[in-house]
Amino acid sequence: MGIDTENQEIENSIREIAKKLLSENQVDVIIGYAEGTIPLSSTPIFIRKEEDVNKLIWNNLCYINLANYLVPLMPQLCDSEGNALKIGIVAKGCVGRAVNHLAVEKQVDLEKVKMIGIRCNGIVNRSKINLEIGEKEILEVSISGNDIIVKGKDWEKKFPYDQYINDLCKVCKVKSPSASNETCVGECEEIESIHDEFADVIDFESKSSEEKWNYIKEALEPCTLCYSCRQACPLCYCNLCFVDQNLPVWFGKTAELPDIIVFHLIRAFHLAGRCVACGACSSVCPVGIDLNMITRKLEKIVKDRYDFTSGLNAETLPPMMDFKMEDTEEFMLEED
Amino acid sequence: MRPEVKKKMTETVLEEKKLDEKWEPKIIAFLCNWCSYAGADLAGVSRIQYPPNIRIVRVPCSGRINPYFIIKSLTDGWDGVLISGCHPGDCHYISGNLVARRRFAILNELLEFFGIEPGRVNFMWASAAEGERFANLVKKTTKIVKEIGPNTKFQKEW
Repeated sequence: MGIDTENQEIENSIREIAKKLLSENQVDVIIGYAEGTIPLSSTPIFIRKEEDVNKLIWNNLCYINLANYLVPLMPQLCDSEGNALKIGIVAKGCVGRAVNHLAVEKQVDLEKVKMIGIRCNGIVNRSKINLEIGEKEILEVSISGNDIIVKGKDWEKKFPYDQYINDLCKVCKVKSPSASNETCVGECEEIESIHDEFADVIDFESKSSEEKWNYIKEALEPCTLCYSCRQACPLCYCNLCFVDQNLPVWFGKTAELPDIIVFHLIRAFHLAGRCVACGACSSVCPVGIDLNMITRKLEKIVKDRYDFTSGLNAETLPPMMDFKMEDTEEFMLEED
Repeated sequence: MRPEVKKKMTETVLEEKKLDEKWEPKIIAFLCNWCSYAGADLAGVSRIQYPPNIRIVRVPCSGRINPYFIIKSLTDGWDGVLISGCHPGDCHYISGNLVARRRFAILNELLEFFGIEPGRVNFMWASAAEGERFANLVKKTTKIVKEIGPNTKFQKEW
């Protein structure tokens, strides 16, 4: 079965469920994906009326993590008194994880949120495609069979889907939301724990500090500190982000490498035990930095040390909200 | 001055600094008020010698130490960072150091992943009665940081 037929099936099921939820008045508004205004993108859409459900789409360019629109609550999602409406949210695996995690952090009331679970079939790596196309303008993107076809003015290029999928999607173990039938309609399964080899991270860890530093330096060099990664992240919801604090100024706002590295270091630290591996940060990066290598490492740290995977349920406390007397402390200095 | 010339000059200065036998690292130490700071005090009144490389910042609890402090110290040019608190279970605020320990564990691995030399940032426990231990660990930290050399990775080129 081709990717396009799979997409069509998923899309049909989203529309069907959305229609049902709206007609039965189970939800007031549905957050979903719609066709993007520019090629190689998608855009979020809020659906309130039954007749609009055909605007909902699913394809492999739905890279946005929709949980981002739940916190802080937007005026569009509130009634006239500012209370949260009942929200339906189109949830691929990582959106489900983000919703679960936000519920643990008491940012989302799961009683007001209904997930429309789908079995995600992977997201296309936009920056890889953009990089290969270069300066040329893309006019149309379509998926047929197992190929992504990118068209421009008198040129056309085919990209095999399985090679241009996000690296995170290749190792993804949570394709559909990990939730019970009460919070999720459609595809869902309750996952207790996942096993991951982290082969890519282990490979990187074996390098020397100098090699690591040079690699990170090269990877982050193009960063312009536009903070797109922060904006796209469903878990970056602080009212005042550390980059905007100015008493004290935690890091300089220049495009110098030390400042860039400090930004990414602290951003990564904030996501320790929270990152849901949706890859939205790398997908929106205008210069195509692969931030996933850092977030994968974070996942590995919390998995190894505290045996925790974020967003699998709405009960387990994440490691940074919890502590144990018997935590490992092999990194502490001891007398000889 | 052209940036590449400037870069070359900083590099030479740093190279000299590294080769200089007399180079002494500057280490910022965040000590918790209740145990480690008192421990340092005890080391002082007991006249136990330890290297004068550390500059102490007193904080209420090791749980007060925000990872920003550590990263900012590195960007501000400190050659090493030393963090010390009460032993697990002895915290004046019951669990401050346990919370801190998780933070430090993750930060430590993350710094290593970014290619900061292991040993640039050091963590230890020292109680108020352990003046000797405090002095020994400061000696050890100074030795480690001296071996790594000056902190140049966060140096800006201008």
